[in-house]
Amino acid sequence: MAVNDISFGVPAGLVKAVIGPNGAGKTTLFNLITGFLAPQRGRILYREQEIQSLPAYAVASLGIARTFQLVQLFDHMTVLENVMVGRHRLSRAGLFSGGLRLPWARREEAAIRDKALEALEFVGLADRAAQPAAVLPLGLKRLLEIARSLASEPSLLLLDEPASGLDRVETERLGEMILTLRDRGITILLVEHDMSLTMEVADDIAVLNYGRLIAEGPPRAIQKHPEVIAAYLGTDWQG
Amino acid sequence: MRLPRLLNRWLLFTAAVFLIALLMENEYYLTLLNFIGIHTLLVVGLNLLMGYAGQISLGHAAFFGLGAYTSGILTVTYGLNPWLAMLAGMIISGVAAFLIGIPALKLRGYYLAMATLGFGVIVYIVFTEAQAWTGGPSGLAGIPALHLAGLSFDTPWKLYLLIWMVVILILILSASIVDSRIGRALRALHDSEAAAESLGVNTQRLKLLIFVWSALYASLAGSLFAHTMNFIAPSSFDIMFSIKLVTMVVVGGMASVWGSLLGAGVLTILPEVLVFFHDFEVVIFGGILMVVMIFLPRGLVRGLLDLKEFRRYKRQGGAFPV
Repeated sequence: MAVNDISFGVPAGLVKAVIGPNGAGKTTLFNLITGFLAPQRGRILYREQEIQSLPAYAVASLGIARTFQLVQLFDHMTVLENVMVGRHRLSRAGLFSGGLRLPWARREEAAIRDKALEALEFVGLADRAAQPAAVLPLGLKRLLEIARSLASEPSLLLLDEPASGLDRVETERLGEMILTLRDRGITILLVEHDMSLTMEVADDIAVLNYGRLIAEGPPRAIQKHPEVIAAYLGTDWQG
Repeated sequence: MRLPRLLNRWLLFTAAVFLIALLMENEYYLTLLNFIGIHTLLVVGLNLLMGYAGQISLGHAAFFGLGAYTSGILTVTYGLNPWLAMLAGMIISGVAAFLIGIPALKLRGYYLAMATLGFGVIVYIVFTEAQAWTGGPSGLAGIPALHLAGLSFDTPWKLYLLIWMVVILILILSASIVDSRIGRALRALHDSEAAAESLGVNTQRLKLLIFVWSALYASLAGSLFAHTMNFIAPSSFDIMFSIKLVTMVVVGGMASVWGSLLGAGVLTILPEVLVFFHDFEVVIFGGILMVVMIFLPRGLVRGLLDLKEFRRYKRQGGAFPV
């Protein structure tokens, strides 16, 4: 069993980080929340609504967006088109209305394009809009994935190791971006191995080990928590 | 800048279609072009399913046949208006596709290919055995020509105009769908089903939708075929024809609306040119399918375009997936 008896809350409008050694069940936890896996028992509540039995697309349509540990882009589509798919849940055009380019569908399409460009500008990829997503270097791919989830206007955003593969400068920019998003009112759940980034942006941290929750609290408390130090940070970890 | 260029392309294509109509007098060539048109309708629909949704149908000949036989039976036996019969055919095909698609698409992988293969065999047997309705192996004759506003589409030349007008409309509609919200969602699910789901795309429903949609195209093509030939027999709707359609998609290129036209064109003309190879037709089609799949897995047109793009981006650094 990858995760067991985990119970914690994510306060709205804050950045919550989930940390733990490899195999602690962080990604499993993400997959459970976003509907890619169904829990054998227990409940997952989002705004007082049970979501543990919903399929992934239904969870997404409630305003829960995610990125993937192994970047999942639409490689054969342009950077802009990738982000435009993010608008899917917020737009309505179907086969007929979209195919026949009815006036309202045309207006919707223009709005999709504008919002997508806005998201690309936020992550600094607007000048790459026309390129195929596949040609981007990894760091930019991660940013594109974030832009794509942002286009869906999530109220909860799950980031699965967004800094892996990024260099120091890119990681710093990512940290600022996460804080900006939080200030815009997006709740963020973050899985991250980069400790300095985590300690910098997280308001609250949950620590997993062997699929169990071993500690929870603000970064300062977590850094001093004896069990966390033993399990994960290492006894000589000073922060 | 985008729209006029796209519009120009369609205008050019339409002009070319009319130019051929003005210059072409040979009835054999016109008939051949009519078949290319009908095949194009089938291939565009199948391409939406294969190239975009990543699913294979080995039963498109059956939807083609359902359209043809519904049109044939309703007009010959019951004297119904051909346009209404055409509509009835599309409803029947659509419902059939819906019923097959629901269970087959619930399962991941190529279950749709299996289900449609079975469906194709069953439908073919029904065409052959339900002699009271279909006339059995000897076929159904006396299917009337289509009429519109006092004009009867009864010569290859008039049929050419009708069929190619329909082809142009369907090509424009399909290209427009590919470039719309639903088209993007389809292309997205082809590249990463997980990511598409994570953005709120109900991938299962979308696959079903496009499968039914492609069956509607096939049925429309079948009705046109019945009114063009005035005679239909089960042999036009066998499994081999389904496989030919898949080959046309592959040769023309997956995920390419224009490629569909090319694939249908090349593989409709080829058997005519290679008449003396008739006995080896299956072998030749199989061979083409194999060679293209090995060397250009996304099809001829798309594969060549990819190679071009690949070169361009390689110069800028970065890899391009083929």
